[in-house]
Amino acid sequence: MEVRFPSDERPPAWKIAFLQYVIAATFLLLLVGYWRLQIGHHQQYSDLADRNRIRNLPEIAPRGRILDRDGRILADNFPAFSVLLLRDSGGALSPDRVAGIARGLQLDQDDLRATLQRTASLPRFQPVLLKQSASLEDISFLESHRVEYPELDLIQAQQRLYPKHQLAAATLGYVGEVPEEMIAKLGSSYKPGDVVGKFGVEAEYNQLLAGRDGMRRVVVNSRGQEVGELSSIKPQSGNDLRLTLDLDLQMAAEASLGEQSGAVVALDPRTGEVLVMVSHPSFDPNDFAKRIDPKEWNDLMNDPMKPLMNKAIQAQLAPGSVFKIVMASAALETGTVQPDFIVNCAGSVSIYGHLYHDWVFEKHRAHGAVNVHSAIRESCDIFFYTIGKMLGIEKIDFFARGLGLGSRTGIDLPAEAPGLIPSPEWVQRAFKRKWYAGETISVSIGQGADLATPLQLANTIGGIASGGVFHRPHVAFQDQLRALGQDPPDISPRDFPLSDDTVSAVKSGMWAVVNEGGGTGAAARLPGIEISGKTGTAQVVSEALQASAKSSEFKNTAWFVGYAPSDRPEIVVAALVQRGEHSTVAVPIVRDVIKAYFDKKLGPKSPDNQMETQARVLSQLRPVALPSQVKSTARQ
Amino acid sequence: MGRSFRLSDIDWFLLGLALAIAAIGVVEIYSTTLHSALAGQYRKQIYWLILCSVLALVVSRFDYHRVLEQVPWLYAGAVLLLAGLLVAGHSIAGTKRWLQFGPVSFQVSEIVKLIIILVVAAYFADRRTKAVTWGDLVKLGIIAGIPAVLVALEPDLGTALTFVPIVAAGVLFAGIRLQHIAILCLVGILLLPVGWHFLRPYQRERIMTFVHPTQNTQSTSYQVTQTKIAIGSGGFWGKGLGNGTQSRLGFIPVSHADAIFAAFAEEQGFVGTLLVLLLYFAMLLRLLDGAQMAPDRAGAFLLVGLAAVLFFQVVVNTGMMIGVLPITGIPLPLMSQGGSSLLFTFLGLGLAMSVRARRYVN
Repeated sequence: MEVRFPSDERPPAWKIAFLQYVIAATFLLLLVGYWRLQIGHHQQYSDLADRNRIRNLPEIAPRGRILDRDGRILADNFPAFSVLLLRDSGGALSPDRVAGIARGLQLDQDDLRATLQRTASLPRFQPVLLKQSASLEDISFLESHRVEYPELDLIQAQQRLYPKHQLAAATLGYVGEVPEEMIAKLGSSYKPGDVVGKFGVEAEYNQLLAGRDGMRRVVVNSRGQEVGELSSIKPQSGNDLRLTLDLDLQMAAEASLGEQSGAVVALDPRTGEVLVMVSHPSFDPNDFAKRIDPKEWNDLMNDPMKPLMNKAIQAQLAPGSVFKIVMASAALETGTVQPDFIVNCAGSVSIYGHLYHDWVFEKHRAHGAVNVHSAIRESCDIFFYTIGKMLGIEKIDFFARGLGLGSRTGIDLPAEAPGLIPSPEWVQRAFKRKWYAGETISVSIGQGADLATPLQLANTIGGIASGGVFHRPHVAFQDQLRALGQDPPDISPRDFPLSDDTVSAVKSGMWAVVNEGGGTGAAARLPGIEISGKTGTAQVVSEALQASAKSSEFKNTAWFVGYAPSDRPEIVVAALVQRGEHSTVAVPIVRDVIKAYFDKKLGPKSPDNQMETQARVLSQLRPVALPSQVKSTARQ
Repeated sequence: MGRSFRLSDIDWFLLGLALAIAAIGVVEIYSTTLHSALAGQYRKQIYWLILCSVLALVVSRFDYHRVLEQVPWLYAGAVLLLAGLLVAGHSIAGTKRWLQFGPVSFQVSEIVKLIIILVVAAYFADRRTKAVTWGDLVKLGIIAGIPAVLVALEPDLGTALTFVPIVAAGVLFAGIRLQHIAILCLVGILLLPVGWHFLRPYQRERIMTFVHPTQNTQSTSYQVTQTKIAIGSGGFWGKGLGNGTQSRLGFIPVSHADAIFAAFAEEQGFVGTLLVLLLYFAMLLRLLDGAQMAPDRAGAFLLVGLAAVLFFQVVVNTGMMIGVLPITGIPLPLMSQGGSSLLFTFLGLGLAMSVRARRYVN
């Protein structure tokens, strides 16, 4: 290239001026652009900058622990990580990102979408809980994808741990995500993802156990790392709750009931404190602490053995011969009969033109001449048919209710069932018909429409044995509730006075059940401890089970309600074994619990023994296998 | 350098503007890299600045005609160096832009930019036609096109694009018929799809982001969103030196280099923006003023070329920060951290002072 430099030329002035105008105009446009951002939309961008750098992180308050009466831990917490979705910056997640997050956290895509939909209306500063108890894989996914998914974060949260797994599960209940009804309730401070007690003690005392979550406002950098804290509200932990339950007795009861379906309740009739509450088959509440998957849930819901039911307070079954104690008390108290009233039992009797059999009739036997004492001892049906006819349904109804049946005991647990004591008004109301005289006869031996829960029977028998004083059963100590600022339920004893003569006559019968020859509960005998009680075998199981079995199959229900010591009872135990062939299967359970009670009270004879019990309990506590179904019409 | 040195030969006003802008840049580099792995970069920038100022003063003493005489050699050397870099250069972060001299690495394309200015000035120096011909356009296209393609292959599309305003300004200044402009525009539009085909995915994404800014809040538009947040949150007075959360917390990538103006606008607000843009504006007017007074066509074209490329870089860089132009890797002259860019700018300013020193004084 040849270059020459003629020195005569000067650029035309208009071209320079043109370029100057172009530059001026462009700079003016640029300034307008900067003006719009820095002055026009300053507030908006200022907020965005804050959202970028400020995160509101919840600090989950640990839930209070649940302890047994001796302070042993029944429900605890363990530290775990939860995955949060922060929604301060950016709008709704694109489907791609939802899919990516679901894959990364191993969540179901539809579940995740549903969660996002549910939480869409929440204020933006509130993060959404995506996953509890994040696994190591989840955490490493998050750490390695911070840049792609800056909206995900981890927080440490305390998660519920039930160290004894199935033990007392139905009583303790479980925790889970707060249901929508509770969030929607007026004045509710719950938000989706919060953990609340859903059943049992966890639900009943949720207010006490739940802490108050804190919140931290932190500054983060573009990689989501915390670089400073602006403010923080400290979380307040929930209160520990000590229950009246006794772990030692509970374990003895769980072991003794074993894999049979049923329930055990032990009360201190002097106070109403619940010492034992077992319901089998059980479930592991730890499964609920993490998000339970729909299949597991359905399995539990549809299990005919109803593992999600607390049978101790929810199973309503015919009380069978245990009801005879109510009958005897009513007959004696009203003076309808005297203790020496005698009925001659021939194995069957014709009343209102209908032939009623005694339970020994099948065995081609009869009880012969029986009075109150021996009728209770041998559970003679004919005797109680007779006094039932003499009493009439109104008196039976009055006494049954007075003695604690037919209505809820008022225990401090949710979903207690009321049971049922039939009456002419009830059939009128429920079925729009008249009372059949024959029904009174069935009711007299705890059959017919009679329904009671294990808790009710323990409460009733314990109350009668204590002379007609009924303490409301409860699982939380009154003074503790008061100390925590809660109004405790009224547990002042309810008197239904029975005369000493009535009480002693009935109690002597129940003593004979265990301790005299021919008694139906002889298997409860324990050296050194006087146990009394009453057996029962009922033909019809709960209405629900009856319906599911299409009424064609009758399953026996075995009952035994026993107490000790016989004169001034300190413990009353009701054992229910569903599909138990015979009441005799319930008797040893009560004996074992009472033995554990006195072993503990009087000092263990050998410490090895306790250890052994414990080992046995833990090895046996698996979800139940169904015992083989047994058909029998025997009643005792 | 026949004449004796006089202080008035130096364009103190131009140098003062450049040093003022560069000083603001150093302060902002200091502020935005404080407590980061890059803390201390501002010191490096100061050393470069001192060196470059001295070089500018030295160059201003040269007669720019002597430099223009060497254009064929400079051009040939530039093309060979760029080609050699592509063949033998080792890549840093996936690009082959850098020439290593011991501890100092140097971006060749920045100096090529200056050579293109010289080439265009030399080309038009003795072309006195009223308007460029097709032959001129083709020749210039080839002359600027070869190094542009080599730079684009590094890849450094941003710097390659800066050659366009140099040639365009030269052609406009030399005179071109409207008819030719219209045809060139048509050809350009027709070639767009072909060019699109040659773009790398990230480059296409940048353009798509520019067209649909809200579609994708991550990667590319994430950068624009974040620089806009930085600038907008600065407000009128700014957040104050060292208080820019967007830059300090890492929401603006390369806040000390290409994106320094966003960091600056966040901390110094609209007041700072206005001040710096006015400084640039004054500098550009001063360069054009020099072109007006240049003793010959060569000097005038040199200054117009320099003004054009600086104008282009300032507008594209500050424009992409507020999302009115697509993201390209173009540094802000004088402010962005980087020795090569400083060196180019100050050498250019040195030549500008050389031209001005030889102006007609009526």
